[in-house]
Amino acid sequence: MKQLTILSGKGGTGKTTITASLAFLARKAVLADCDVDAPDLHMLLHPEVIKTQEFKGSKLAVIDKTKCDNCGFCREKCRFDAITKATEVDPIACEGCGVCAAICPADAITMIVRISGYAYISKTKYGLMAHASLNPGEANSGKLVTLVRQNARILFEKENSDLIIIDGPPGIGCPVIASVTGVDIGLVVTEPTMSGIHDLQRALQLLAHFNVKSLVTVNMHDINFDNTEKILRFCEENSIEVVGRIPFNPKVIEAMVNGKSIVEYAPESDVAKEIENIWKRCRASLNLGNG
Amino acid sequence: MIVAVASGKGGTGKTSVAVNMALSVGNVQLLDCDVEEPNAHLLLHPNTHRTEPVYILVPHINEELCLRCGECAKFCQYNALFASPEKVLFFPELCHSCGGCTLACPRQAITEEERRIGALKFGSAGEVELIYGELDVGEPMAVPLIKAVKKQIENNRNVIIDAPVGTSCPVIETVRETDFCILVTEPTPFGLHDLKITVQVLRKMSVPFGVVVNRAGIGDKKVYTYCEEEKIPILLEIPYQRRIAELYSKGVPFSLELSDWKEKFQTLFGETKRLVEE
Repeated sequence: MKQLTILSGKGGTGKTTITASLAFLARKAVLADCDVDAPDLHMLLHPEVIKTQEFKGSKLAVIDKTKCDNCGFCREKCRFDAITKATEVDPIACEGCGVCAAICPADAITMIVRISGYAYISKTKYGLMAHASLNPGEANSGKLVTLVRQNARILFEKENSDLIIIDGPPGIGCPVIASVTGVDIGLVVTEPTMSGIHDLQRALQLLAHFNVKSLVTVNMHDINFDNTEKILRFCEENSIEVVGRIPFNPKVIEAMVNGKSIVEYAPESDVAKEIENIWKRCRASLNLGNG
Repeated sequence: MIVAVASGKGGTGKTSVAVNMALSVGNVQLLDCDVEEPNAHLLLHPNTHRTEPVYILVPHINEELCLRCGECAKFCQYNALFASPEKVLFFPELCHSCGGCTLACPRQAITEEERRIGALKFGSAGEVELIYGELDVGEPMAVPLIKAVKKQIENNRNVIIDAPVGTSCPVIETVRETDFCILVTEPTPFGLHDLKITVQVLRKMSVPFGVVVNRAGIGDKKVYTYCEEEKIPILLEIPYQRRIAELYSKGVPFSLELSDWKEKFQTLFGETKRLVEE
């Protein structure tokens, strides 16, 4: 089983556009949208949900007001400022640790399991897809990412597939770590801006930290040639392969508005041609042959 | 007044709006709470005065007192402790620093010690004071560092916060107890979809908000229809211009180079203030 995660550090560099295109080109890969906070891949792949699963991410403290004598001990001990002055639980701040329930002298607090979101298994034109949605304001996106990846592995076992393609979230924190651990390659999508370069470096450090091989692609490389040059030099100095340079093209947004990946919407465009090239180089790097 | 600038979708222009607004208003505290990928300093170019490490408390197990009874591991909701018959193993990256294990241990064998997760950086550029957090690479937990950044808020000042991307815990911690949230979006299907999720979060948290449409002119008109239907004020539109994108790519706040924008950002801030006072 091979796994490829598309990540970026900085948001909005084109992860999902590239993931959807790779899904189209791969045809039989299993897909996983691990950007559970703000999943967008479904808008290009139009999954048909075949299975829904509740995600029980964490517990929540509930105070029985008939037993509570307002001593405030729970408020004092809560490290998450989740107990209000009126001795009520702020469900958004509560991380479900259980300290309040353990120390309440009146035994007025119980911990209940809460449903923080849903995980889905879906059919798409390009293969099966594992994805999820986190309920607004819920925590534990890292755990939900882990569930999506488990589901993707189950689908992989059933299907005659050779690859799982994972659309990662932005950043370098817990959901990103959960999206890259144990994968074969992290493809970092960057852009030639100061923040793009800065965030690329942190994303590459993260991959190195977890021993994941990295590849880089520069999106909208023609927005700033000097910065693109800097990225290429940086990657060369650090022996990181740059697998593509995608030009800026308004057709990418047009494709999104039409709910299609760019390789499907405008297969003859310069962007589509370059993504095909990226796909070939990813396959080679994953030792998947020429497919 | 504390204003957060947020967005569900990444790359819509949060940092650009936060920094341009801070520069236009002048005497403000600018906090960058995107501790995973802080970028405000790349536009603001501050002189950095000092750096302060940020720690969280994690358990330290006294092996001599520990009976390997497993009560600590049973209590821990985050699987950060695992009790084998020989030894209790601790996985620091999973620890939420709740302190529960110290309470659960019947032998008082657990004390707490500090573990570094990142740093606070203090700087300034002209009248703008910048404070930002930088999470150490490999550390999963952004929230404690965001709390450390927000502790620096001076309540009598105008504060602008650059929020992290997304809609989960780091964003929630950032916008908690702010007076207003400016949501930056772009008029595309992804922009709209992620805006809708963020609106649900803010409504749940009862934080008032308005929208800035960046890259106006690309994509479609659905963001406008949605805002109209939901009665969400559109506070500012920033047109898609190659020149703005180029300036951003070089790390230059565009309000310094393009005329009228300083006034537009001042108006944005003024309008925000008016909505808060309403």
